[in-house]
Amino acid sequence: MARAATTADAFNAVAEVRRREILDVLAGGERPVNDLVVQLGLAQPQVSKHLRVLREVGVVDVRESGRQRLYRLNGNALKPIHDWVKEYERTWSERFDQLDVVLEDLMEKEEDDGNDD
Amino acid sequence: MAMTTSGTATVTLPSDTQILITREFAAPRHLVYKAWTTPELVRRWWHANRGEMASCEIDLRVGGTWRYAMVTPDGLEVAFHGEYREIVPNERLVSTEVYEGIPDAEEHAALDTLTLTELDGRTTLTVLVEHPTMEGRDMHINSGMEDGMQDAMDRLEEVCVSLG
Repeated sequence: MARAATTADAFNAVAEVRRREILDVLAGGERPVNDLVVQLGLAQPQVSKHLRVLREVGVVDVRESGRQRLYRLNGNALKPIHDWVKEYERTWSERFDQLDVVLEDLMEKEEDDGNDD
Repeated sequence: MAMTTSGTATVTLPSDTQILITREFAAPRHLVYKAWTTPELVRRWWHANRGEMASCEIDLRVGGTWRYAMVTPDGLEVAFHGEYREIVPNERLVSTEVYEGIPDAEEHAALDTLTLTELDGRTTLTVLVEHPTMEGRDMHINSGMEDGMQDAMDRLEEVCVSLG
């Protein structure tokens, strides 16, 4: 099965570990590309390539400031990813809410049995 | 009467191939273990209010198998099965997990590790789900949802939440 292009959506774009590292750095605030080069220990062309992918899916925005280009995170573009994990979490939460009820019954039963377990 | 409200499950993705589910329970761990490994008790909680339990088989011994299935109101069967690999009663349970709703399901089997730790009569439960591939992991998270998708990370989540 062929993999989707990295620029297909945010999910594919952040599937690459270096790009997630870039997002981690940008989560701390706006940065010029040189800061990213230093923090990630990657060559500038590689960082630029990753930034291009992130920009194409809208996860990263850029603006000019004097001679510098400043990159920043666009959290809204990551929301589908957040929602995706949240739905899975919701299923487990409801499952565990049911388990709470079962455990309550078991504890009452144990008390009735005179704590012989 | 025991307090039952223990908060919600926390799901994190520690690496590209893992899912970690954590939850605290207001009960000692031998009861959590019992509720986790006894078919008639599992039938009461595993469906998560998303359907009716159609099957719940547990052969609790190393090499023994398990299978849980539920049928959703739309008539869709959602089923998982696996094999027990390691059993330490009340503490730790390792098993494989196969989601039957995907092609080549067996190849995408995950390895699940349940751990139970008790403190002051309360139990912290963790389930670490390890997939052979990231695609497998993502299909697992997607079980019962639409579309195949790729990846997510906790810190990204936090950023999303903070930015609304």
